[in-house]
Amino acid sequence: MSSIEPRQSAAGPQQPAGQPDQPAGQPAQPNPPVRVTRSRRSALWAGIAAIAAVIILAYLPYIVYSATTNLLVNFFMLLIMASMWNLLAGYAGLVSVGQQAFVGLGAYFVLLLAIHGANPFVAIPAATALCGIVGLPVWWLVSRLRSGYFAITMWVIASVCELIISQFSSLGGGTGMALPGLNLSPALLTADTYWATLTVTVIVLAAVYLLLRSRLGLVLTAIRDDETGARSIGARVGRTQRTVFLVAAAGCGAAGALYVISQLAVDPGSAFSVLWTAKMIFITIIGGIGTIEGPFIGTIVFFVLQQTLSQYGTWYFIILGLVAMAVAIWAPRGLWGLISDRLGIRIFPVGYWLWPATERERPARGLALLRRG
Amino acid sequence: MIWVNAIIQGILVGGLYALFACGLSLMFGVMKVINLAHGDLAVVAGYFALGIIAVTHTHAISSFVHVPVGVSYALVVPVFAVVGYVVQRTLLQAALNRGVLTTLLVTFGLSVVIENGLQQFFSANSHSLSIGSLVSDSFGIGSQITIAYLDVSILAVAVAVLLGLQYFLSSSKYGRLIRAVADDREAAQLAGVDYRHVFGIAAAIAFGTVALAGLAFGMYTQFNPTIGTDQLLLFAFEAVVIGGLGSLWGTLAGGILLGVAQQIGAQYNAADQVLAGQLLFLLVLVIRPQGLTSRRETA
Amino acid sequence: MSVGAGSGPLLEVRDLTVHHGQLEALHGVSLSLPAGAVHAMIGANGAGKSTLLRTIAGLHKPTSGSILLDGTDVTGLRPERRVTAGIVLVPEGRRLFPTLTVQENLLVGSDSARPGPWTIDGVYDLFGWMADRRSQRAAQLSGGEQQAVAIGRALVANPRVLLLDELSLGLAPVVVRRIYDLLPRLLGSGVTVLLVEQDVSQALHVASRIHCLLEGRTTLEGAPAELTAEQIEGAYFGLRNGGNGAPGGGSGSGSGSTPGAAAVGPTDGAGSTGAGA
Repeated sequence: MSSIEPRQSAAGPQQPAGQPDQPAGQPAQPNPPVRVTRSRRSALWAGIAAIAAVIILAYLPYIVYSATTNLLVNFFMLLIMASMWNLLAGYAGLVSVGQQAFVGLGAYFVLLLAIHGANPFVAIPAATALCGIVGLPVWWLVSRLRSGYFAITMWVIASVCELIISQFSSLGGGTGMALPGLNLSPALLTADTYWATLTVTVIVLAAVYLLLRSRLGLVLTAIRDDETGARSIGARVGRTQRTVFLVAAAGCGAAGALYVISQLAVDPGSAFSVLWTAKMIFITIIGGIGTIEGPFIGTIVFFVLQQTLSQYGTWYFIILGLVAMAVAIWAPRGLWGLISDRLGIRIFPVGYWLWPATERERPARGLALLRRG
Repeated sequence: MIWVNAIIQGILVGGLYALFACGLSLMFGVMKVINLAHGDLAVVAGYFALGIIAVTHTHAISSFVHVPVGVSYALVVPVFAVVGYVVQRTLLQAALNRGVLTTLLVTFGLSVVIENGLQQFFSANSHSLSIGSLVSDSFGIGSQITIAYLDVSILAVAVAVLLGLQYFLSSSKYGRLIRAVADDREAAQLAGVDYRHVFGIAAAIAFGTVALAGLAFGMYTQFNPTIGTDQLLLFAFEAVVIGGLGSLWGTLAGGILLGVAQQIGAQYNAADQVLAGQLLFLLVLVIRPQGLTSRRETA
Repeated sequence: MSVGAGSGPLLEVRDLTVHHGQLEALHGVSLSLPAGAVHAMIGANGAGKSTLLRTIAGLHKPTSGSILLDGTDVTGLRPERRVTAGIVLVPEGRRLFPTLTVQENLLVGSDSARPGPWTIDGVYDLFGWMADRRSQRAAQLSGGEQQAVAIGRALVANPRVLLLDELSLGLAPVVVRRIYDLLPRLLGSGVTVLLVEQDVSQALHVASRIHCLLEGRTTLEGAPAELTAEQIEGAYFGLRNGGNGAPGGGSGSGSGSTPGAAAVGPTDGAGSTGAGA
């Protein structure tokens, strides 16, 4: 999916979007003149909406029951994990079926630090960083492996992590243990957990967005579209993949840290369960792999399915799996791909828009004042 | 002598692992696909066998004819082979047409769906397959080595299957076609080979052997819905990597080495059994990723 | 354009346009191959020659245009079906099955054979040395030997139209000569040949008609005797002075559309892995 394409929406002549804070680009060809911008007006509205949403979300604990905030905590956790898997597979071309390794490690790092007296909330960034560091030797192990081998080896590594941690009775052994260090009232605990989750989510998503907007992101998009082609033009594929791998390790670690805090207990089986990866994969595929918006949509779909079908046991998961398989084969760009194609919108402006400067462009009212050629 | 016993046990279970691995290896060698649902198929075979036995022992049927348990088991393998062909020609071919990523995802989805489906219908409890007196009888060598007849039988079956497969691949028409398609799919097309049909045959063989392995596993120990991915898939893959792709004897060697490593690990600590095998796997991956017997670079 | 005695050409390509993704590899290419003839495609790298052969063999789906074998439209047939219909390609780079023996390579070729004069033993007759090496793995043969086995693998299928892609690639001239010297025997057994050849003089020596491609378009067509060196050069490189128009008439000659000095053309499919038509 190329981000560089002229877009004429079906609704008629386009409003040009020159964002006030973004460079309007340089005209490239003499005939017709072409303008390059980073985003369209839809992105500006989306940006405003996102900030508003975050503000509203931050106030939620004052307004709604803890059941809702707990639900949102799970939602955000999954969103983080799906965004990480999307980054790995959709952009860097690394299909990992073992990200649960880092989820579990993140949870256990927090546990470890809490056992030694740290406040679990404070331990979140530490656990995140530690997972990123652990990612280095893991990358060294797997970086040469091709896709199928890479996928399963990550799974084996997750299994190894689980088995090793189960051996430490100080960490609860095979049955797990409760998380110490959180002596707050239940209401405050729920709210704090929620705010911590919200903060981490915003940070992670902002990081993903900035990453993809950067030069690194350009390389990633090149890899996403054609890895061999990217190598052949000299893109540093290996180093870029390593960076993404470490970021994904850290991100999944952060999600794991949030997990143990939200559960107040952890056991190896749940922390290192392959179901984490299953959820990441299904969400990303259904939502739209290789797009930032995809994981959002996928997580929403996941939650809707889970809430409506939860009384039927794990049926929602089975259906999710079947839908993911069908989407992978018949709609490989996922739901967001379908929507984006129809409406020609991108919410997160990480690509480049090409504008033919014809007379058909009408300056957007009001915004014209802000625009400087 | 405890170590000798461990090694012998490792060899015996290694045959079973090799049986698991050969289907995975075949599908990867021919179609370049790692079937992440491979382990789960073995578990399905186990449940399927239980189902057949249950059905044939219902009064309606058993009043007509006594179907020995062995026949029920024997039905499972050809059924799975046919299922394998169908699944390959439909689902997996559609995914393959899209690419390697899609195929990986589809087999993963299949794995999750199968496991959750089994849990829905059969609960998370463990089951095993009965084989009458065979399970407990054993013989001894010296005073410290005990070998169960079942284990030896499974090893014998595994070796026989591998031998048969080797013969099939080297001497039969379809074996030749499978090797040709594995070497160069496009050139095979240009020589008039319908590679989708050949893929189907390979998948049929893979499904059939993994079903057999699943039955053996069910007799050897207990199975539950999630053991396909908890253990079986990883063991099969580890055996393939340790032994090397491209040679069935490599797969057997890999299975045996894995089994031995596990048994040695178990001598230290019962919890270390699986871990020991995985550490060996990682070691081989670092030192000699193409495996012990393979000449080609595969990873 | 010579037409067979009342029965039309054996192989006909009509106005073929082929894309690799968004890149146009062939544009409106047509050719007509009568039974028993040898036609040669020449052209620079990237001109589309291999793409043309691969499309005729079924590995690429054309965007538009059609391919007819003896009057029957085969454009929709999968590659393996075209083999049984009588179109067999010996691909660029030989593409033997490296882990299979010589004998096994030939066996694979004969599995989908049409009835006809060629058998594995016949191939062993054609290449005297091959029978002794029949149990050797294909990967252990030299380039020239591999080329022979590749041709043999195609022959045992008893093709009506044999497509040869860059036989001479990577082979010593002596070896190439020897292989081309066999062509009369192939023709004598009822095989019609369409070949792609980098070596223009070799093509002129062997073929009864030459097609020149440049950037996916036919720039020249005619019998070797009718074409001058300047015409061929001009058509090959696309120079404005030479190569406009085609004596002897030919469909799709790129007069007026030959661009300036040879720009980088679309890839002609060398090395691309078709996922099956």
